[in-house]
Amino acid sequence: MKPFGKINKILKKIPLHLAVVLMCFMWVLPTIGLFVSSFRSREDVRTTGWWTVFSGSESEMEIEGYEEYSTYCATCHGVDGTGVEGSDIFNPDTLTEYPRGNRLFLYLQEPIDGEAHVQDPELPGNPKEALEVVNPVHNYLTATKEEESFLSQFSFSNYVDALVGYKGTRTYLEDCDSSSDTPVGKFTCDLTTDLANPEGMGRAFINTLLVTIPATIIPILIAAFAAYAFAWLDFPGRQGLFALLVGLQIIPLQMTLIPISRMYARVGMQDTFLGIWLFHTGFGLPYAIYLMRNFIGTLPKELFESAYIDGADHWTAFRKIALPLATPAIASLGIYQFIWVWNDFLVAKIFLATKPVLTVQITNLIDPRGQNWHLLTGAAFLSFIIPMAVFFAFQRYFVRGMLAGSVKG
Amino acid sequence: MAPKIMKQGIKAPVMYLLPALLIMSVFVVFPMINTIRLSFLDARGIESAATTCVEGETCWGAFENYRYALTNPVMLTALKNNALWLILMVPATVIMGLLIALLADRVKYEPVAKSLIFMPVAVSFIGAGIIWRFIYYIQTGKGEQIGVINAIITVLGGEPIAWMSNTAVNNYALMLVGVWLWAGFCMTILSAALKSVPKEVLEAARVDGANEFQVFFKIMLPIIMPTIIVVTTTMVINVLKIFDIVYVMTGGNFGTEVIANRMFKLIVTDTGRSMAIAVILVVLTIPIMIFNANRFRQQEKLR
Repeated sequence: MKPFGKINKILKKIPLHLAVVLMCFMWVLPTIGLFVSSFRSREDVRTTGWWTVFSGSESEMEIEGYEEYSTYCATCHGVDGTGVEGSDIFNPDTLTEYPRGNRLFLYLQEPIDGEAHVQDPELPGNPKEALEVVNPVHNYLTATKEEESFLSQFSFSNYVDALVGYKGTRTYLEDCDSSSDTPVGKFTCDLTTDLANPEGMGRAFINTLLVTIPATIIPILIAAFAAYAFAWLDFPGRQGLFALLVGLQIIPLQMTLIPISRMYARVGMQDTFLGIWLFHTGFGLPYAIYLMRNFIGTLPKELFESAYIDGADHWTAFRKIALPLATPAIASLGIYQFIWVWNDFLVAKIFLATKPVLTVQITNLIDPRGQNWHLLTGAAFLSFIIPMAVFFAFQRYFVRGMLAGSVKG
Repeated sequence: MAPKIMKQGIKAPVMYLLPALLIMSVFVVFPMINTIRLSFLDARGIESAATTCVEGETCWGAFENYRYALTNPVMLTALKNNALWLILMVPATVIMGLLIALLADRVKYEPVAKSLIFMPVAVSFIGAGIIWRFIYYIQTGKGEQIGVINAIITVLGGEPIAWMSNTAVNNYALMLVGVWLWAGFCMTILSAALKSVPKEVLEAARVDGANEFQVFFKIMLPIIMPTIIVVTTTMVINVLKIFDIVYVMTGGNFGTEVIANRMFKLIVTDTGRSMAIAVILVVLTIPIMIFNANRFRQQEKLR
């Protein structure tokens, strides 16, 4: 009975595995679609679904002209075009001699050894009808020649285009190459200068870093001080103030946008990094203080008591005990704030209009007619790289930060 | 009794709190008050909103911007859509999150499965919007469908659907994006709660002959109920503020307008109305705020 029980157990679990795997599949499919597309050419993305890259190349029988080729040519040249010694008709070099169907037609009319080139069956006598046969054959020969390998469909050119913000119908690299390093529009074709294009994702990437790193560090630093005070210092109104903080956490940021932007306009701080750092600090503080206070507050009070009795002042206790022990909370908060600021759109759109960050730049690239999917797919993935790396590397901390609060807006 | 270290006069607390309080006052509290003030002023924030009243039409005086925010047809659409998001998308996301947490709990590759489903929280709403625009894309001219969903529909012999402009489906299509983004968040929190349910209790129930459904509904669900409520309230707030997805996918057109997008559109053209909408947004979150405060008080009692 036992072995059957085991098999039974496994069989019973199959629906479960199917469900879990199916869900995972459905959840990653959208991202994979974008990811695959980001490596395909503009034309490919625009005309065929990204999943076609996995279906393999067309089988020869599906290529237009297969039928004509097998009827008129395959008898002598064979299925692979090498049936006649010394004339491999699938050879690219042979083909370039006949760039068009009518050139091929003229050639086919020349007799070989005194007899017609095509014999069994013969080509139609009427040139127009004959071309209706030759053209598909030509197409078939060209198509089989061009058959690409799986990897050759992919390139990084979308990423280059997105980084420099190149919106041409061909890729930046192609256009720059064919113009032999002469400028194309406002592009100098020198990658180092073109990467600085304010309309490109490269510049936006730098802007995002410049926004995100300080906007993560400043609030955490300030929150650490406040959290220490809320946890280990007694002062009138401590409970009330902290309750207020809990309430402030869910204030939508829409509530403060305009007054702050007006204030910035008055003091000349619009479109400055300082302005956006301070906004994110103000908005991030309530949650940061809340989370850190809850963490620092649970540290054993004997630690602080004994340090204090040994003559340590608050500054020492804060620096030597609270901060080092709060590292897990700081890490959680750091990851959380980092991803939040990196992915923010609204605040950056309003406070940093002239120095677009990644999210804002992506929206600038959208073409409502759907002509630049290749650019958008590359751009979107450029914006994903850092937060995804941070997420997968520090997922533990991220989850912890989320579990601790999970009320932030 | 409070530890001795805490009794330290007023100087230390002030110094430690000052930077935080200063920044929060200047960048949160004061602007909030200012927003309320602006919501009673005209488009440029100079004169009273009452001056924008038109002769012979209904006028709410100083509350004129609120009349707009509560009666204008576009705003009514936005309010209706936010309500729709609340009623449909929030439960869908929470239930989805719970379902995945429950299922993943039973397989060995749980961490991998959960990571994959949680991953959308790492991408921006704007990025998610791009991903899903691509999924919903409709090729209206000739040529094959490059959007997954319409390609599948075409293969099955159906007519492709304009997911973003067809008013019968577009709101639901947007909500699906929301579910995709947030189900992982709900799953993570609910999964932690599920794991805290004592194994012995579950085993005891199973030994007593309870089936898996009974175990879930009679034992697990009551234990994790507080967490479900927390997750739901968080989702309610997220959905009230829903903005980026709609902004990047439809721009609020074709009857998909939401409150926060309306507020954003009016920021430049009409501060008064924009701010009135922001205030309404906050008023809608007040019940949650009170709820959270109560929860916080109970937590503090337990400390």
